[in-house]
Parts: sequence; C-alpha cells; structure tokens
Amino acid sequence: MRKITYREALREALREEMRRDPTVFLLGEDIGRYWGGAFKVTEGLAEEFGDERVRDTPISESAIIGAAVGAAITGMRPVAEIMFGDLTALAVDQIANQAAKIRYMFGGQAKVPLVIRTPFGAGVNIAAHHSQSLEAWYMHVPGLYVAVPSTPYDAKGLLKTAIRNDNPVFFCEHKLLYPIEGEVPEEEYTVPLGVADVKREGEDVTVVATLYMVHKALEAAEKLETEGISVEVVDPRTLTPLDKQTIIKSVKKTGRLVVVSEDCKTAGVSAEIAAVVAEEAIDYLDAPIKRVAEPDTPIPFSPPLEQYVIPNEKSIIKAVREVV
Amino acid sequence: MYRKMFEIRSFEEKVFELYAQNMVPGTIHLYAGEEAVAVGVCSNLRKDDYITSTHRGHGHCIAKGADPKRIMAEILGKKTGYCKGKGGSMHIADFKVGMLGATAVVGAGIPIAMGAGLSIKLRGTDQVVACFFGEGASNQGTFHEGINMAAIWKLPVIFVCENNLYAMGTRQSRVMLIENIADRAASYGIPGVTVDGNDVLAVYEAAREAVERARRGEGPTLIECKTYRHKGHSRVDPAKYRPKEEVEEWLRKDPIKRLREKLLQTNVLAEEEIQRVEEEVSVEIEEAVKFAVESPYPAPEEALEDVYA
Repeated sequence: MRKITYREALREALREEMRRDPTVFLLGEDIGRYWGGAFKVTEGLAEEFGDERVRDTPISESAIIGAAVGAAITGMRPVAEIMFGDLTALAVDQIANQAAKIRYMFGGQAKVPLVIRTPFGAGVNIAAHHSQSLEAWYMHVPGLYVAVPSTPYDAKGLLKTAIRNDNPVFFCEHKLLYPIEGEVPEEEYTVPLGVADVKREGEDVTVVATLYMVHKALEAAEKLETEGISVEVVDPRTLTPLDKQTIIKSVKKTGRLVVVSEDCKTAGVSAEIAAVVAEEAIDYLDAPIKRVAEPDTPIPFSPPLEQYVIPNEKSIIKAVREVV
Repeated sequence: MYRKMFEIRSFEEKVFELYAQNMVPGTIHLYAGEEAVAVGVCSNLRKDDYITSTHRGHGHCIAKGADPKRIMAEILGKKTGYCKGKGGSMHIADFKVGMLGATAVVGAGIPIAMGAGLSIKLRGTDQVVACFFGEGASNQGTFHEGINMAAIWKLPVIFVCENNLYAMGTRQSRVMLIENIADRAASYGIPGVTVDGNDVLAVYEAAREAVERARRGEGPTLIECKTYRHKGHSRVDPAKYRPKEEVEEWLRKDPIKRLREKLLQTNVLAEEEIQRVEEEVSVEIEEAVKFAVESPYPAPEEALEDVYA
C-alpha cells in the first residue's frame, strides 16, 4: 500500500470532502494561498477551491469559532483551524458554551456540524504558549466529540467522519505527527468515532496511549518484548466517545493497565481512562493502574527541561516493569 | 408595529405576574421599555432572515414571529416550550422563523451572527442577519472580533446595540469614555448610526437602510438605539442605582405610549381601532398563559436527550 504523511492524509481528507460537499469550507489564520497553514496542512487547497472556501481570517480565535458556529447552524459545514492548541483558550466560550450547548439548550432544534482542527503536543522547543496538550478540557464538555488520531490512516479516516458528522468535533492533531508516514489506501474509507484500535497485540499488560504517545508506546513495546514482556497497545482514537469496551476487553485479557498521555496528570486523559477501568473492571486487575503523564507544570522551553516533562519510551518501560 | 409592541409589553407584564406567583423557575430579564428596537428592526426582515438574541430576548422572539404560546411554555419550563424546557427564558430559539437563539453569555451572539452572515454569503442568497446586543456587550472582545470580520468580508449583518444605559448596575459612563456606541463603527470602516430607540419609526428607518445595504452586498451597519428598561436587570433587581428622575423621564418616553399618541394625532388609527388591537392581543396573551400553565413538564429523563445529533 502507498505511504503518505499524516499532514498529507489530513489534506486529502479536506480535499475529498470539499470536492464531495460544496457546504464544506475552511477558515483559520494563514491557511490560504499565502502560507498554506502554519503546519502546511491546507497547502494548495486555496488554489483548488478559491479564497472564499479556504478563508484566511484575522487573528481572532473567538470569532473564528463563532463564525463556524453561525455558519454551521445555517447549513454549512465549516472546518476551523486554530493554529496552536493552546490558543483554543481564546475561544473556549464559543467552543464550550456555544458550539457544544446550542443543540441541547435549544431542545434539539439545531445541528452544529463543525470541526475544530488544532495541533497539541510538546517537543519542538516552543515553550509554554505553543506546546500544551488540552484534550482533557474538551473531554469535559458534553456536546463535543474529541478525536485524537495517531497515524495517517486514522487521521484521514477520522477527519472525513468528523466533517460528515452533525455535531461539533474537536479534532486534536500533534505537531510531531505531521511528518510521520504511514499506509493509507487510495480508495475511499472512513474511521468511525468511538472505535478504538489495538495497535499491537500482547498478553501481559495493556498500554492505552493517544496521539504521539502511541508511537512511544509501540517503541517501548518492541524493547519490552526482548525482555519477554508482551505489551498490548490500545489507541482509543477518539476520547469522546470513548470506546470503553475495547479497553476493558484488553484489560480482562492482560490484567494490567498503564495509561500514557501527553498532558498534565491531574484530571487528565489518563485519569479518566484509569477511572473507567477502576469502576468497571477492577476485578480483572492483578496490579495497580499506572499512569504515565506530564507533571503539573507548563511546558518549559530549554530542551533538557522540556524533555524531562514529556513522557517517553523510558518512562513507559519503567511503568510497565512496575506492574508486571 | 403597534400590535407587535403591545404584544411584547403585554407578554412581559404577564411574565412578571406569573413570576410574582412563583410560577416561573429561575430568573427573568424583561424587555418592557425596549419594544421599539426589536419591532422597528424585525419589521424590515423576511421570515428567512435571521436574528440572534440575548438574555433579554422575549421581545426579539415575538418580533421575529415566534409563537407566544411556546415562548411562555419555555419560560415556565414546560415540554411544549420551544426548547422542550431545556433552555428557559434566556435561551429561546425558533429556527423555523430564523430566530437562531438567545445566548446568555454577553456578546457571544456577535460572532455567531457574523457566521450566519458568512453562511449567507457562501450560499449566495440575499438573506440578512440582525444581531441584538446591549451596550455592555460592546466592551467584550467578541464585539471587536465579530464586527471587524463582518466588515472585512462585507457580510450582510445589522448589528443592533440596545443601549439601555446600564449593564446590570453599571452605568455606561463608568465603563466607557464615549457616549455613542455607534462611534465604534469607525474603527471597522462601516456606517454607525445612533437613533432614538424609543421611537419605533426612527428605528425602522435606520434598520431599513441597513437591511437594504446588507442585501445589496455592501456589508454591515452598526445601529445604536438609545432606550431604557422599565424594570430592573433581572428578577431580583429593584434598580436602586438609577435616579428616580431618570426613570420618570424615560417612562414619559415610553415607546408604546408615544406610538399610540402619534397614531391618534396623525389619524392613522382611531381610538376604537387601537383598543380593538389591544383587546385582541390581550386575548392572545391570555391564551399563551393558559397553554403554558396547562402544558406538562418534561419527563425528568429527557434531561439526557439532545446532547448530540
């Protein structure tokens, strides 16, 4: 099968959906013909679809999401890009109070079919305002779906699903994933929301990981195999809805759980997944649940400081060894 | 227009009465005193045009053609309400008449209205959007972001600032150094006009021009309507921060009284005709109350529905 990058996979999804459905349009800062998006995801799309449908905006995050909300409730399918995940904080009212609540508080009268794409993640030395991972904020908002694709295949399939879905989808990308290559079929496919993917099968311990951490977990699993520890890596692919069944099924098989997530440990993604397993499958656990996450600090700048806080292969291996 | 204004006033008086009888859960923000704004603007709109509204939104709903029965039922938390009891007084919407909903976050409707305008432009129709908000909202960042975007893209939006002088208890002069919100339009390169918001004909004329301009694809207008709320900010507010003379002066400028006098003086309508309209409206509002009171509450577990489509 052909291989393309995560970035190209996202671009293909946007291009195919824009060709398929004239109500799909993109808006965001510098996504158009002059720059092609800060991470070049939208490069070339303005040339094909024009400046109206690939719309450069002023630096106004709140109004970018507000524009998407207003357009979505009146028949369009906007895909808004927020240049860095940290900057979604500028638009939280529009995301959490408006996009997510409009359908509910108006008694189901409205559909809000919009996608908010944004990159999270540390590791490129751009410090506290461009590196944080805030997926858990948005998991806490009923009315939103939250996607966290880790591979080009999942990125393309989930983005197409998100665009076609009639609800607001908060679509988390990761800066370090954009250049990663993976197999993506030429033919049409989608990936459903709420279906986890077992990225590697194993017998001794379940490692649940998301986004870039899936790759770190897979590297750790390779190493651990040489020590005779068989690791199963489960990638939820979407945090809302969360595919609890696949996670629990894996825990029932292995009896051990390590959750890896590149966000602050307190009230983070790993906390929710650990709580689900503790609540619904504690009787199957042979060891305490371990969480590998970032300490509760902002992301620092200097490379040694930054590398210290991001979970990595070594911290995952250490956690796995502690439970087996 | 007189009928609509009288309808809003009668509706709000009934809400106040029901509130006093402990029949309204939560809070209420009454539109009484500001009727000329909603009616003057919405009288220029077609059914397929949109509006966005605020926490003080009952008047906007009625002016845009929503059914008072279902508005009242929503205010009482009934299943037959527009939002099946999930929204209440501050969150009424009727998408069938282009009422895109009331947001209770001050200023949050401004970017949403702009987005509806963007949708109109992309779909290539000649609809317009009227976006209502108070003078307090003009201090929010969303005001700046939303109007600027509407301006640069020439979106068909009419930004209607209902300047009732007070944001809760905060008088305008304490939070901004300008007197006219419309002056802010200059920052966005769009027309800004200030009108007597208690003169429905003045509001109508200003809105007519703005709507025509928007339909021609020439972009947004900011209309500031100077008005006054007759009651306090919300249910608990006796509005002691407002000088008695000021309240009395504004009560003399009651938009409904003024229009009534004008209609009589200019012989547009005779006293009996006006009374007949008023009686018809009173009957209609009584029916709305009856419908709302007699409607059932939603089943508790309906709280779990409508989160996702």
